[in-house]
Amino acid sequence: MLDVRDVTVRFDGAAVLDGVSLHVADGEVVGLLGPSGSGKSTLLRVVAGLQVVDAGTVALDGHDVTSMPTHRRSVGLVFQDAQLFPHRDVAGNIAFGLQMARWPSPRCNARVTEMLGLVGLAGFERRAVATLSGGERTRVALARSLAPSPAVLLLDEPLTGLDRTLRDRLAVELAAILRAAGTTSLMVTHDPHEAETICDRVVEMATLGGDGRQ
Amino acid sequence: MLTLLARALTPGALADTLGDSDTWRVVWFTTWQAVLSTVLTIAVGLAPAYVCARYRFAGRRLLVGLLTGVFVLPTVVMGAAMLAVLPDSMERTVWAILAAHVLFNLAVVVRVVGAVWEHLPRELEHAAATLGASPRQVARHVTLPLLRPAIGAAGAIVFVFTFTSFGVVRILGGSGRTTVEVEVWRQATQLDGIDVAAVLTVVQLLLVGGAVAWSLWIQRRHRTTLALLTSADRQRPRTARQRVLVAATAAATALVVLIPLGAMFARSLRTPDGYSLAAWTDMGETEIRPGVRLGLDPTGAMLNSLRAAGLATLLAVVIGGLAALAIHSAGRHGRLLDAGLMLPLGTSAVTIGFGMLITFDVDPIDWRASPLLVPIGHALIAVPFVVRTTLGVLAAIDPRLREAATTLGATPVRAWAAVTLPALWRPLAVGAGLAGAISLGEFGATSFLSRRDTETMPLAIEQLLGRTGSVLQAQGYALAVILATATVALVVLGELVRDRARRP
Repeated sequence: MLDVRDVTVRFDGAAVLDGVSLHVADGEVVGLLGPSGSGKSTLLRVVAGLQVVDAGTVALDGHDVTSMPTHRRSVGLVFQDAQLFPHRDVAGNIAFGLQMARWPSPRCNARVTEMLGLVGLAGFERRAVATLSGGERTRVALARSLAPSPAVLLLDEPLTGLDRTLRDRLAVELAAILRAAGTTSLMVTHDPHEAETICDRVVEMATLGGDGRQ
Repeated sequence: MLTLLARALTPGALADTLGDSDTWRVVWFTTWQAVLSTVLTIAVGLAPAYVCARYRFAGRRLLVGLLTGVFVLPTVVMGAAMLAVLPDSMERTVWAILAAHVLFNLAVVVRVVGAVWEHLPRELEHAAATLGASPRQVARHVTLPLLRPAIGAAGAIVFVFTFTSFGVVRILGGSGRTTVEVEVWRQATQLDGIDVAAVLTVVQLLLVGGAVAWSLWIQRRHRTTLALLTSADRQRPRTARQRVLVAATAAATALVVLIPLGAMFARSLRTPDGYSLAAWTDMGETEIRPGVRLGLDPTGAMLNSLRAAGLATLLAVVIGGLAALAIHSAGRHGRLLDAGLMLPLGTSAVTIGFGMLITFDVDPIDWRASPLLVPIGHALIAVPFVVRTTLGVLAAIDPRLREAATTLGATPVRAWAAVTLPALWRPLAVGAGLAGAISLGEFGATSFLSRRDTETMPLAIEQLLGRTGSVLQAQGYALAVILATATVALVVLGELVRDRARRP
């Protein structure tokens, strides 16, 4: 469960988020729709703890995490361009979060295999990330974020930059993967069609503002 | 150079030198002090490299400029600064050598590692944080592994510089603290052991070559394809903790660099009768006792240096400029000439000086007495720098410009004079500044080539600081301050010319 209340963020005095509130129920997949510059990526960064808020609170599973550093929040974030670690292979990328949580190695390996199966990349363990295609990179990034079972999964335009056919296919797959994982998810996109395919509920960024944001 | 090889490779000389335990003691000291210097330089340099690469703050460029300025200081000046700042008990110890090496090479770490660090995508670190990595874990598992190739490259540069350290060790070293470089000089000029020196030179060439090859191999093996940002990503420090970190690191780095230089200036004012300007106003030859002179004349050394620097700069600019033009127009074949001219860069100054000493040691003409020998040696060292600065600009000239001039009716010569020539004088000015600075501070080759009464400033500084008597020492420090100022001024002047060229 994710609860964002009256969050305000200002960049150099100008409010990018102005009293924004948003609630995502347990296991729900919510799509956040809006044009570029509407602050939707900033909202994701607020939830992840990568952006400090000027006012308001963020709560995960009932705990206030507003002033908690990113690495203790248990959030997964899938970046627009995957941001895989170039010095680790596919398995090394997916195992990263598990190693940070000090999982024993055998459990770690089992979880990596399980995750690769979930995203349809079984047998990809030893591949170098530089050899992956765009769609494969997105899937590895997804597996990496899901592996430590985060309280909430954040997706920042994960399909942007892929070609149309791949996008449509991956959108369907993504919907299935998120259902299968059962993780509370918040996905940012500017494509209403994509949001409809993947999400249980779609909200417009413009409707979240507290006092008359367009 | 070939003469040198021939001298070294006689079986007798090889066996004698390599069988001597002294040889291995020198090689061992050289190696471990170089390794330790490199490790320390990287350890100290990472903090300022981080702060300068990741944060935007007032004085950032000044700090990088300051470190770069220290890097271009003559080695004897760095030695003098260490001598000035350290307490007597630490003056001539390995710690002093290590400290000098670290200060000297901080710029290498800050610039080489910083160049990658400022282009490292922040999002990779953010990704790690969302996966539960604490800041310490992010540094250990993401940032440092990604910086490893850059750290390796910086380390290789620092290792080569400190392995072949000469000026610093001549001033701060002593028995048991001799690098191969200093031992070559000692054997060749003080002990008449030309053969030993030749073998040592070859040993050093092999070791340095091996170290460079090894580091290139390691770098190739650990190469990861990393999508670097196209422009530097620097932010203002936001939180109070970041502000303290940035301010403290920048201030500490600046102080660590400035205090030894300040101490050098302070010592130049210290005379037997308290602080005074005596060393500055009376730069003439000092009488130790009435009627007995030391044969050391600071003013004369300055004149000698100026003369040598002027000639060396002229030679280097003419030879380097012509060579750059030849390499540029010769196309593929030019590469061979290019590589040949870069050779002096790879060999140490002492090797060049020593090589010239034994090459010109032939009858019937005693070349070694020629006053031209020192400027020629300096020019040889400076030519690669002139070629480098000029070649880059030549390559950037659009060949169509000259073609356009030709179609407008200009003869090839006129087209060249109208298009290429105007682009040439700026890089040549930069190269001239560098050549002048190199010549002024050159110590290694000069130690072999200079004769009595033609000492240049670095030689005079080394001798003055080695004497007891605070008047002489104060004079030595004063001379070091003058030399430091002149060198840095020349390099800064060159940089200003270059910067103005960039701005249309």
